[in-house]
Amino acid sequence: MAEFNVSTRNIGSVDIIELKGYLDAHTAPQLEKTFNELINSKKFKVVVNFDKLSYISSAGLGVFMAYVETMRENNGDIKFTNLQDKVYNIFDLLGFPMLYEFFTQENEAVKKFGEAE
Amino acid sequence: MASNQKYYHITVKSTTENLAVIRDFVKDAAADCGCDNSTIDKIILAVDEASTNIIKYAYNYRSDKDIEVKVKFDKKNFAVEIFDNGNSFNPANYKEPDLEKYVKEKRVGGLGIFLIKKSCDEVKYEILKNKTNKVTLIKKIK
Repeated sequence: MAEFNVSTRNIGSVDIIELKGYLDAHTAPQLEKTFNELINSKKFKVVVNFDKLSYISSAGLGVFMAYVETMRENNGDIKFTNLQDKVYNIFDLLGFPMLYEFFTQENEAVKKFGEAE
Repeated sequence: MASNQKYYHITVKSTTENLAVIRDFVKDAAADCGCDNSTIDKIILAVDEASTNIIKYAYNYRSDKDIEVKVKFDKKNFAVEIFDNGNSFNPANYKEPDLEKYVKEKRVGGLGIFLIKKSCDEVKYEILKNKTNKVTLIKKIK
């Protein structure tokens, strides 16, 4: 069975989602659950840290597509940080960099939310 | 068939949990073939996406069905054939995903096939005489 873990923490008004392991059609529902919990708590500013994520398939990419507009409608966003090259390449193939902001450092992604306020 | 062709095969039940089993199987075969890491990653992604589509669309998430994966390779090509007995996929109905539109409409779809096409050199869908669906993914070996 694929190893996968989602954890959340916050820095000020920004929530950080940390992903670990393999994000596929089997594990994507765990990430959906996390996004639903954030939305229910009216938390719309999200940085996803991919540092420990080794694999993503379209099922994982679809989660970010399904939730980003809700975040943006509520003055928030989903920003991405610390992606391994092979994970970034899959986002890039689908054209995500045109629609989402990618960062190499988590604090830069968090800071970007502060600038927007 | 060339005598130096190698052949592997696995059959698993149609659960999303088994996607990891299929990925590991294909990864081992591709490593045995001597593919570089970037080629292995592309093969794994394509096979995962094709298998995910079988679970979702061919079998509508029924978990008691079979997915059979066969790998054949020689010095030039790495070929993966995936078989199911569910609903057939008609590639003529496929439209390339419009990411911006999908995001605005909060929907997804078609990403998997797009990634399969980007990751492989050749993709072929067939319906065999016994109603079995077969998808063939071919990656040229550099």
